Amino acid sequence: MAVTKSDIEKLAELSRLSLREEEKERMRNEFDAILGYVAAIQEVSAASSTRTRSVIATVNVMREDTHPHESGEYSESLLSAAPRREGNYIRVKKIL
Amino acid sequence: MSIDLQTLSISKAHSALVKGEYSAVELAEAYLSEIKKKNEALNAYLEVFDDVIEQAKAADARIKKGEATMLTGIPLAVKDNILIKGKRVGSASKILENYVASYDATAIAKLKEAGAVFLGRANMDEFALGGSTENSAYGVTKNPHDTTRVPGGTSGGSAAAVGANLALAALGSDTGGSIRQPASFCGVVGLKPTYGAVSRHGLMAAVSSFDQIGPIAKTVEDAEIIFNCIKGQDIFDSTSMEIQNMKHGTWNIKKITIGIPKTFTEMEGISLEVSKNFQESLAHLKKSGFVIKDIELPNVRYSLPAYYIINFAEVSTNLARFDGVKYGFHMAGKNLLEDYRNTRGLGFGPEARRRILLGSYVLSSGYYDAYYNKANQVREIIRADFAKAFSEVDVIATPTTPTVAFKIGEKSNNPLSMYLADIFTTAANLGGIPAISIPSGFAKREGKELPLGLQLMGAYGHDQTLFDVGKAFQAVA
Repeated sequence: MAVTKSDIEKLAELSRLSLREEEKERMRNEFDAILGYVAAIQEVSAASSTRTRSVIATVNVMREDTHPHESGEYSESLLSAAPRREGNYIRVKKIL
Repeated sequence: MSIDLQTLSISKAHSALVKGEYSAVELAEAYLSEIKKKNEALNAYLEVFDDVIEQAKAADARIKKGEATMLTGIPLAVKDNILIKGKRVGSASKILENYVASYDATAIAKLKEAGAVFLGRANMDEFALGGSTENSAYGVTKNPHDTTRVPGGTSGGSAAAVGANLALAALGSDTGGSIRQPASFCGVVGLKPTYGAVSRHGLMAAVSSFDQIGPIAKTVEDAEIIFNCIKGQDIFDSTSMEIQNMKHGTWNIKKITIGIPKTFTEMEGISLEVSKNFQESLAHLKKSGFVIKDIELPNVRYSLPAYYIINFAEVSTNLARFDGVKYGFHMAGKNLLEDYRNTRGLGFGPEARRRILLGSYVLSSGYYDAYYNKANQVREIIRADFAKAFSEVDVIATPTTPTVAFKIGEKSNNPLSMYLADIFTTAANLGGIPAISIPSGFAKREGKELPLGLQLMGAYGHDQTLFDVGKAFQAVA
């Protein structure tokens, strides 16, 4: 099934990223080839496995909820990485 | 004094440092001088750290006190997606421009504790997406064996640095071959450890269910030394665990059986020189006394498509955190939504944008079952294939790559052909098993000797078997 330009635009919308016009057409072509190739997995018989979880043992790794770090210990180094900051806050545009 | 970097290994350097034949500062200076001569042409390093000599001085002090470990004073390159506190780090992406690491990756903390010296951060494909280092926002790295060719990727800077003697060894990360394929193209050793053997705390996530940090080095022994330093369970990575370093003890390494999945290794698209070299490698292994046996991995041909579907899905979720709010590049728009779109649209390079969209596609309603769920089923089928194969053999051998290093630009306009270059390497990531690439010879192209690699895959947790077989192979190859 061919990918349309509007499919690409919808995916860009979902992915929260802007695309240039010429890029949309190029991606449409590339997606047809890539999705056509990876669709080969449909050939694998569904009967041979219905598992989607690992045969390698997966276990929950728990720890005690203790030994928190000192409050504010990392605040400055993390805040200083933000592109827009106001005091001890990260500045963003209003949402509503 | 002049140090012969070409024949240097970690154990040789360690013994010279301890004996006082040269100091860690002199060793670091020898590498810095090579970097100065060659890095402009190769672009292996994005940055050489300004405190290399201070690090080396600290190593010298430790050596003098008689407290040196095997890695004290050993100069390393670090892939640009592994955090070193206080240093710039950016996954070779514009979206992390000016980002400084606020903590040490666990692998880095362990190497610091051992006294290793970090020379600089190595170039890579942006966010570890690619197979040639052409997707770096800071220009391609050149293959030291032929500068018109790619070094492989995504850890291309790390492999080129080791291959060109711009570092004694390096850290890389491997999601679908990103340590092994560039190691093969650059004529060095690269190990993808068992999934969980090395903590990923402080490694920028690409595909969390595949990513592993591992060493790139000149010999199998060097890779083993680094692996033994960085491995281990870590409270900051709940997928990490202690790998029982299986020593062969009473049993004889020569009794190891090596399986060859012929339907896989004789597939279409594998170059003649690779096939020929692979047969030579098998002859070497036989000569070393290993038993070679044909095996079947019936579903391994589906590993590449399954790998890429899972890759797209996890990349699109992992890269969602880069939004111009918390760190890095920010491009303002009219409102918050436009801030996101602009920042991500301009900050990510073409391959990152492509995979984010492909990930959104395979995860979207209506396609989720056909792609993502199906790929996870295939992953389990392939794991079962491996489990069965490793009940019959100890190691599985294939070539690392289907061809020698390709030309810069040869595949960059065709993403699918770039993905196909990972044909032999992705299966180990799906299986969660360890795999190593070891130099196995050269193929001559246009008067240049281009390296080839042998890939050995081991059973889950059996990284040690790969070191043992790898060392035996290096002794005769």
